[in-house]
Amino acid sequence: METVTLHNISKTYGKGATPALKDVSFSVNKGELFGLIGPDGAGKSTIFRILTTLLLADEGTATVGGLDVVKDYHRIRSSVGYMPGRFSLYQDLTIEENLTFFATLFGTTVAANYELIKDIYRQIAPFKDRRAGKLSGGMKQKLALCCALVHKPEVLFLDEPTTGVDAVSRREFWDMLQQLKQQGITIVVSTPYMDEARRCERIALIQAGSILSIDTPDAIINAYPGQLYALKAAHIPHLLNDVRGFEGVGQCYAAGEYLHMVFRSGSEEHLLAFLEGKGHKDIILKKIKPDIEDCFIRLLTTTHQ
Amino acid sequence: MNERAIVCKGLTKRFGDFIAVNNISFDVDQGEIFGFLGANGAGKTTAMRMLCGLSYPTSGEAAVAGYNVFKQQEAIKRNIGYMSQKFSLYESLTVKENIRFYGGVYGLSDRQLKEKGDELITQLGMENEVKKMVGSLPLGWKQKLAFSVAIIHQPRIVFLDEPTGGVDPVTRRQFWDLIYAAAEKGITIFVTTHYMDEAEYCNRISIMVDGRIDALDTPANLKQQFRATSMDEVFYALARSAKRSAD
Ligand SMILES: Nc1ncnc2c1ncn2[C@@H]1O[C@H](COP(=O)(O)OP(=O)(O)OP(=O)(O)O)[C@@H](O)[C@H]1O
Ligand SMILES: [Mg+2]
Repeated sequence: METVTLHNISKTYGKGATPALKDVSFSVNKGELFGLIGPDGAGKSTIFRILTTLLLADEGTATVGGLDVVKDYHRIRSSVGYMPGRFSLYQDLTIEENLTFFATLFGTTVAANYELIKDIYRQIAPFKDRRAGKLSGGMKQKLALCCALVHKPEVLFLDEPTTGVDAVSRREFWDMLQQLKQQGITIVVSTPYMDEARRCERIALIQAGSILSIDTPDAIINAYPGQLYALKAAHIPHLLNDVRGFEGVGQCYAAGEYLHMVFRSGSEEHLLAFLEGKGHKDIILKKIKPDIEDCFIRLLTTTHQ
Repeated sequence: MNERAIVCKGLTKRFGDFIAVNNISFDVDQGEIFGFLGANGAGKTTAMRMLCGLSYPTSGEAAVAGYNVFKQQEAIKRNIGYMSQKFSLYESLTVKENIRFYGGVYGLSDRQLKEKGDELITQLGMENEVKKMVGSLPLGWKQKLAFSVAIIHQPRIVFLDEPTGGVDPVTRRQFWDLIYAAAEKGITIFVTTHYMDEAEYCNRISIMVDGRIDALDTPANLKQQFRATSMDEVFYALARSAKRSAD
């Protein structure tokens, strides 16, 4: 069953501006964990605003839980949870007051749905009497998430919920999303973290207002063409510069401890000789499997050109 | 390289009974890329604000670019750049107006402003955006612009508080190209991030837990010390020992 649908949605903010969304169509199944991935300004937040009835599309139709986003906006608002990219907390209310406020707004209590939020709430509960304005960035983000969840929504829209959240809490957060999914909650989430994209059932890649592809993370990874390499040497910044100046190499970019690269025409031997000639030490070059981040970078940089 | 950009001894900040930054000591060399990591609420922003001359320490000592954090806050502000965790440019001014505004604040002459401004815009490839409101730019572009503006006066050190938070993988890498270019020119980089791949791009990193610095070394040494294959694992091992965010 499809819980979220978009049919040929287009949106342009203001006359003469470039369209934010161009003929976007996709659907999300009930209980699915669906990711929206794309560069900054691709149109992800606009999709969220349209689905949460805060913004009208210029063209096309969309439904959430079988309800039309234009005609039934009232009922949609009470059955979905939404966490906007920029949090909408009350800075002068405490953690506890913010949470109670959002629960009351939706006619429920914190106690009624405490199970749902406890894993995240537990982490900020020691500071429950502190005003939101005095929380660290990541603590605010956790509070905002609790507020979006506290009325046990059927559909959860999360616009970059883990931005500013530390690596340990991000893992816990995604464990929690899996649990919510198990309870039948449908989740649409955007994220700039590619390790999180990996944990979605399907992801839609969006660029410049259009959907580039929709597939499972595995299928996207398997579709990566060619052989990817990891490369390392004693001085990484210089290595990156030199490799970018080498004819036979296509893309090359930093990826943690290593650089990742593909060959356009050159060979391993050629590259190694070239780098040794440039004085690089401790060179390691090895074949590796791509991850989602590699796929994302390839898709974006090849369609750019 | 042995000149110290930051010398910090026993730096502490209390809010009432709560100790946000607890007796931290470390040095940063001129020209170094120093990663300042830690879980949410560990105290990174609070420590950074003291080093930037924006808030007074409760106790301890620190010198930034040679200036004392208690007595020479104004001199510190003039000699550093700072990109706050919240967005630091004016959304309702154009790109060009922002550059002019900040250049003016940092005391650049009209000629310097014009030269620097043009250079910056070319470097960022933003020729078509100069007359646009900053608020209308994608996040990654804003962040790259904010960084370039924060170093427009060639400071000795630039403090970056989660500059790439929420920025996509491609733009994040372009941001790090800018960081490397600034470091090549000798600007010391002091940066926080929650992206563990970015921790690898730093010369040294420290990891804060509950207001303390619990680890400080090169990424390679830290991985060895914690018998980890990635910085993610190192961070996980340390941050899990945090007490004050658990129940
Ligand atoms: N003005 C203040 N009054 C009271 N407590 C404060 C104040 N400012 C910060 N704190 C507290 O100090 C602690 C450290 O906050 P800080 O913002 O430095 O964390 P951080 O390491 O930057 O976290 P994040 O990764 O989430 O940005 C937090 O518990 C925060 O709530
Ligand atoms: Mg912070």
